[in-house]
Amino acid sequence: MFTFLARRILIMIPTLFITSVLIFTIMKLPPTDYFETYVAELQAQGEKADLGRVEFLRKEYGLDQPATTQYVRWITGFFKGDFGYSFEYDRPVSDIVGERLALTILVSFLTIILTWVIAFPIGIYSATHQYSIGDYGLTFLGLLGIAIPHFLLALVTMYFANVWFGLSIGGLMDPKYFNQPMSWEKAQSILSHIWIPVLIIGAGGTGSMIRKIRANLLDELQKQYVVTARAKGLPPGRALRKYPLRMSLNFFVSHIGDILPTLVSGAELTAVVLSLQTTGPLLIRALQSQDMFLAGSFLMFLALLTVIGVLISDILLALLDPRVRLQGGSTR
Amino acid sequence: MTLTLRHLPSSGGRLPHQISGEPFDPKSAEKLSDAQKEVYLASQFTLMWWKFKRHKLAVVSGIVLLAIYLLAAFAEFVAPYNYEQRHSDFIRMPPQSIHFFHDSQFVGPFTYGTNYNLNMENLKREYTEDHSRVIPLRFFCRGEEYKFWGMFYADRHLVCAGEGGTMFLLGTDRLGRDVLSRILIGARISMTIGLIGITISFVLGIIIGGLAGYYGGLLDLLVQRAIEIIQSLPHIPIWLALASIMPAHWSPILVYISITVILGLMDWTGLARSVRSKLLSLREEDYVVAAQLMGARTPRIVFLHLVPGFMSHLIASATITIPTMILGETALSFLGLGLRPPITSWGVMLSEAQNINVVALYPWLIAPVFPVIIVILAFNFLGDGLRDAADPYH
Repeated sequence: MFTFLARRILIMIPTLFITSVLIFTIMKLPPTDYFETYVAELQAQGEKADLGRVEFLRKEYGLDQPATTQYVRWITGFFKGDFGYSFEYDRPVSDIVGERLALTILVSFLTIILTWVIAFPIGIYSATHQYSIGDYGLTFLGLLGIAIPHFLLALVTMYFANVWFGLSIGGLMDPKYFNQPMSWEKAQSILSHIWIPVLIIGAGGTGSMIRKIRANLLDELQKQYVVTARAKGLPPGRALRKYPLRMSLNFFVSHIGDILPTLVSGAELTAVVLSLQTTGPLLIRALQSQDMFLAGSFLMFLALLTVIGVLISDILLALLDPRVRLQGGSTR
Repeated sequence: MTLTLRHLPSSGGRLPHQISGEPFDPKSAEKLSDAQKEVYLASQFTLMWWKFKRHKLAVVSGIVLLAIYLLAAFAEFVAPYNYEQRHSDFIRMPPQSIHFFHDSQFVGPFTYGTNYNLNMENLKREYTEDHSRVIPLRFFCRGEEYKFWGMFYADRHLVCAGEGGTMFLLGTDRLGRDVLSRILIGARISMTIGLIGITISFVLGIIIGGLAGYYGGLLDLLVQRAIEIIQSLPHIPIWLALASIMPAHWSPILVYISITVILGLMDWTGLARSVRSKLLSLREEDYVVAAQLMGARTPRIVFLHLVPGFMSHLIASATITIPTMILGETALSFLGLGLRPPITSWGVMLSEAQNINVVALYPWLIAPVFPVIIVILAFNFLGDGLRDAADPYH
């Protein structure tokens, strides 16, 4: 077990290194950088750009140096807690992400809990009552959740929430509370706004979760040990809970790895439509305006979380299932 | 008791000689009846087809998808209008309906004429049906000219409005273009983007996953890490970043191709994983050893002996990922970084329905979402059916 752990952790280093190179390359791929676009935009509007300041910023952040030097500067900054500087906001990256990160985690956390609470009973019901009317109906509902583009669902929900309940539900709270210290009123404002994004983002997740639980449980239910258990007179509930359900949860553990990054990035598009003050819109905006340090550092952060998440789920899987530890030799 | 006694010979006597007069067939015990023959000797494809046919929903979905692809192929002919034609007198006109009865008399399919009025108070365009003007529809009519498949000019349409009338069954958009015609043309892009994207990810997935799973060892380790890296990047931001690299002066068709490549490049990892895990278990089979001993080289073993074994399974799982690509295109276009006009896709159309005003005032502009939903549901059901069928002995 120890060697397994050590190997897994050592492997993380090259993985992260390559990821960082990849992200940096993608950030650098556009032929223009933020300043060029910025200056061109200003000139198109007939304004004069402060070229001296642009030159200064370029120098300050090493954009005039070769790509490798820039990369080294960017990546070594990570170890010092310096995540670069956002040109668009004119502030360090870590400052901007601050509260948005907390809100994103809150929204995503609630969404994940909601997804599980809804999907588990439905998935189990669907699998144990395969091809019944209830199974068809619920599977269909779940599929609808996948099929409707989220941003549209968000728009329509927003409209009807306004018409029927008179709610204004853009954002996660009243704009006046944003970036203010936590207070009782702010908490209330958040609570009254948060359920809509949670429901909308949860819709798709619930659908695919139901499908996964159903498929995994069905696979297990067809195995002989279940037949044996039932033949020996084990009550159906116990015959379900004791083994097949536990076995089918393996997939669940292996998906914990995916949860960490989604907790942080949230559903970007829905967030854009609902103008949530989460990190998703920030990232998309940064990518569109080529604010490379903001976008790059954030992507890197997500990648780090994924790698850690995968590590956690691998460890859990290895603890649960010794076969995983011994997997993958070479050809005979 | 008495019966058996009568048949037994008296003690010490001989058993009666028994020889059947029938011709001797040494295989009689293994003989199959015709019905059995059909089942046991059926090819894998036949077995899959039988199993697939039982899945009614999947069959229906398959037919629906086929119909949509056919519609998309002949979109210019089926569409009542040219999709780029601007009808400046009918801007943001709500959907019209087709009537059959006028004054409780049957006249066949027709539309009413429309009266237009600009409400000077709120500057809203108001369209009202003019019940005095009955304008029958025409079929196989000459209408607006179009270039069929971009090759030759034609002006035949399946159906168009009568002289002096209009037929905007799903309304018109902000430039007065017919929404229904645009949806039909948009199907061409939206329905193929998933197919091409999945082909790219399929080829990549089989080759990379196949080699990793068969060779194992170092190569497997590298591929696994690569997959982990790609999966660790959130999809939408990476699509965005890649899409923003595309120079603005590229022709729409080049943009379209690059978008499919981008969608495919991010998607192959899942397939590669399942190929790899299948191969890991299959490569221990005896027939692989036999092939190795006979001197078959690795690509031959992998692609000729191993891959066909789970190809059907792969196709089924690929079908299920097509919707992700269609949704991906919608998402990209929605953000304005996917396809650009004049190319028309469902995503491009939906990107015009971005704000709440549209939902409130011109709800017919979100009509393209319905084909999206139908197609995604259909692909999902079809994929489910295929996956069940891919394992005929189950």
